[in-house]
Amino acid sequence: MLYREAGQYKSNYASDMAVFPLREDRIGLGVMLAIALVAIPFLGNDFFIASVMIPFLVFSLAAIGLNILTGYTGLISLGTAAFMGVGAYSCYKLTTFFPHVNIIVLILVSGLFSAGIGVLFGLPSLRIKGFYLAVATLAAQFFLQWAFVRVPWLFNYNASGAIEVPQRTLFGLPITGAAATAETRYFVCLGLVVVMTWFASNLVHGRLGRSWMAVRDMDIAAELMGIKLLNAKLGAFAVSSYFAGVAGAMMIFFWYGGGEAADVFSIRLSFNILFMVIIGGLGSLIGSFFGAAFLSVLPTALKFGLPALGVPLTGATAEHVTFMLVGALIILFLIVEPHGLARLWQIGKQKLRTWPFPY
Amino acid sequence: MNAEPINVTGTPIRGKGEVLLSVENISLRFGGVKAISDVSFDIRKGEIRAIIGPNGAGKTSMLNCINGFYQPQEGQIVFKGERRAKMRPHRAAAGGIARTFQNVALFKGMSTLDNIMTGRTLKMKKGFFWQVLRHGPAMREEIEHRRVVEDIIDFLQIEHIRKLPVGKLPYGLQKRVELGRALAMEPELLLLDEPMAGMNLEEKEDMCRFILDVNNQFGTTIALIEHDMGVVMDLSDRVVVLEYGRKIADGTPDEVKADQRVIDAYLGVAH
Repeated sequence: MLYREAGQYKSNYASDMAVFPLREDRIGLGVMLAIALVAIPFLGNDFFIASVMIPFLVFSLAAIGLNILTGYTGLISLGTAAFMGVGAYSCYKLTTFFPHVNIIVLILVSGLFSAGIGVLFGLPSLRIKGFYLAVATLAAQFFLQWAFVRVPWLFNYNASGAIEVPQRTLFGLPITGAAATAETRYFVCLGLVVVMTWFASNLVHGRLGRSWMAVRDMDIAAELMGIKLLNAKLGAFAVSSYFAGVAGAMMIFFWYGGGEAADVFSIRLSFNILFMVIIGGLGSLIGSFFGAAFLSVLPTALKFGLPALGVPLTGATAEHVTFMLVGALIILFLIVEPHGLARLWQIGKQKLRTWPFPY
Repeated sequence: MNAEPINVTGTPIRGKGEVLLSVENISLRFGGVKAISDVSFDIRKGEIRAIIGPNGAGKTSMLNCINGFYQPQEGQIVFKGERRAKMRPHRAAAGGIARTFQNVALFKGMSTLDNIMTGRTLKMKKGFFWQVLRHGPAMREEIEHRRVVEDIIDFLQIEHIRKLPVGKLPYGLQKRVELGRALAMEPELLLLDEPMAGMNLEEKEDMCRFILDVNNQFGTTIALIEHDMGVVMDLSDRVVVLEYGRKIADGTPDEVKADQRVIDAYLGVAH
C-alpha cells in the first residue's frame, strides 16, 4: 500500500477536518500506539521502561505544554520547570490533604494550580514580548524555585527538604511509591500522555488554537477579528502551564519517586524543554515528541549504547562524549532544518506522497 | 451623466441612505505631529465611500481611528447611532467593522482555510470544555462555520489554495484571502486599505469585481482607500479627499474631479 491520498474522497466537512485525514496516517498512529502499549512493555526490560520511556513521556507532555505557549501563541517562556514544580508540589500537598482520593485525579487537579500560577506570571505578556518576556518568565523560574526550597510547608516540613511519594493504587495495583513496578507506572504515564495529547490536538485544531496562532502571526489583525489579546494570551499560559504542571507531577510521582524536587525543577530543565520544542519543531505536537525523544532518549541511548557496541567508554568519559555528540547533532539538525524535526517529518511525508514519480 | 444609480427594488438610492457611521471633527496628534485635524464626514448604509489623498494625508490614520487602533484626541465617531469616545479594536469587530490592511496582515503560518475561519471567531460560541473534546456541539459549530467559509472561498475563487499556508501565496492571492477573512466576519462596514496596491491590471479588475459584488450581493457598506484614480472614480458613490490631515473635498466622483483644490493637491500649484 502506497502512502497516498488518491482515491480517498471526503464527502463531508467532518472527515475533511479530521486531524488525520489520510487512512495511512491513521494506520500509522494505530501502529505506534500498539507498539507503545504492547511491544514496549513486553520486550523492554525494567531499566529501559523506567529510565528511557517514562522520562520520554514526561518530557513529551512538558514539551507539548511549552509548545502551546511558544510554538502556537508565540510567547517565549523560560519558566516551564517552575510551572512543572508547582504541579509536583501541589500534587504532593493534595495527597497529604486528600489521601483517599485517586492519585490520577489529584495529578489532574494539581495542573490547575500550575495553570493559575502560570496565568499570574503570564500577565507581563500583555505588555512585552520576545526576549523581554523570556526574562519576565525567568522571574517565575527563580521565585518559584526559591519558594520550593524556602517554604517548608510545601514539603511537609521534612528535615531534608525532600518529597516522599506515598504509595497509591489504581484498581488495586500500586502505581506510585516504591512498590510500583516500572510497567504499571509506564502504563499510567502512557494513558495520561495519550489522553492529554488528544486534548491538545483538539484545542489547537479548533477556535482556540486558531486564535492563538492568529496572535502569534499578527496580533493587530487578530485583535481586529475580535480576538481579545488578554484572553488569548492568558488562556495559552493557563493551558500551557496546566500541561507543564501535570508533567511535573508525573515526573516526581512516576519517575523520580520523590527526592529533593527543588533541584530537579531548575533553570536547566526549563532550557532543556525549550530546546526540545525548538529542535522538535515550533507549533507542532508531533514535534514535541520528536524533541523529547531527541533530548531525553538519545543521551541515554548513547551512554549505554556505545559501550554495548564495543566502544570502550566508562564513567565520566562516557558522559562527556555523550554531551559532545548530542551537541553536535543539535547543531547539525538546526543547520539542515531550522524548523525542526517536525518539518523534516513533513518533507518526508510529502516526498513519500509523490514517490516514485516526483514530477 | 451625473445621476446616481437608482435601485429597482426601491431601497434607498445609493449614497443617500441612512447614515451608518459619521466622523465628527476628528483630530489626531502624535506628539507634535498633527495627523488629522478637524475632519468630519459620514458613510451611508450600502454605499462605497472612497477616501483619497496624497501620501501622508492621514487616510490610514483615519481608518485606524474608525476601528479603534488610534484614539483621536478630539472629536467623536458615531456608529449605528451610538456615540463612542473610546473604542477598542475587538469591540469595533463585535460591532460589525471589518478591515484589510495596506500591507497584507494575514496569519502567515496558517492555511487559507484557517485564516478565513479565524474571521468567524466572534460568531463561534462553544466554550473551552467542548473545544477540548472537539466532538458534539463544538464539531457541529465548526462544520457550520466551515460551510460559510467555503461559500466565501467559492465566491473569491480560491478553492485551489484552500489548504496552502498563506505565507507562500503570491501577493494578489494574499490580498484576496485577506478580503475573504474580512468577509467571514459578515461586517456591516468593511474598511479596505489600498486593496489594489501592487497588483497588475488583471488582478485589479478581479478585485474591483469582488468589491462591487460584495457591495451588491451582501449589501455591505464599504469604505476604501485607493490610489488608482480610475478605480476610485468607477467604484465609489462618494469620495472624501484629505490633504495634510484636512478634508479638502467631499462629494460624488464627478464633483471631486472638478474641484480645484483636489486638482491642486494632486498636481501641485505654481507659486
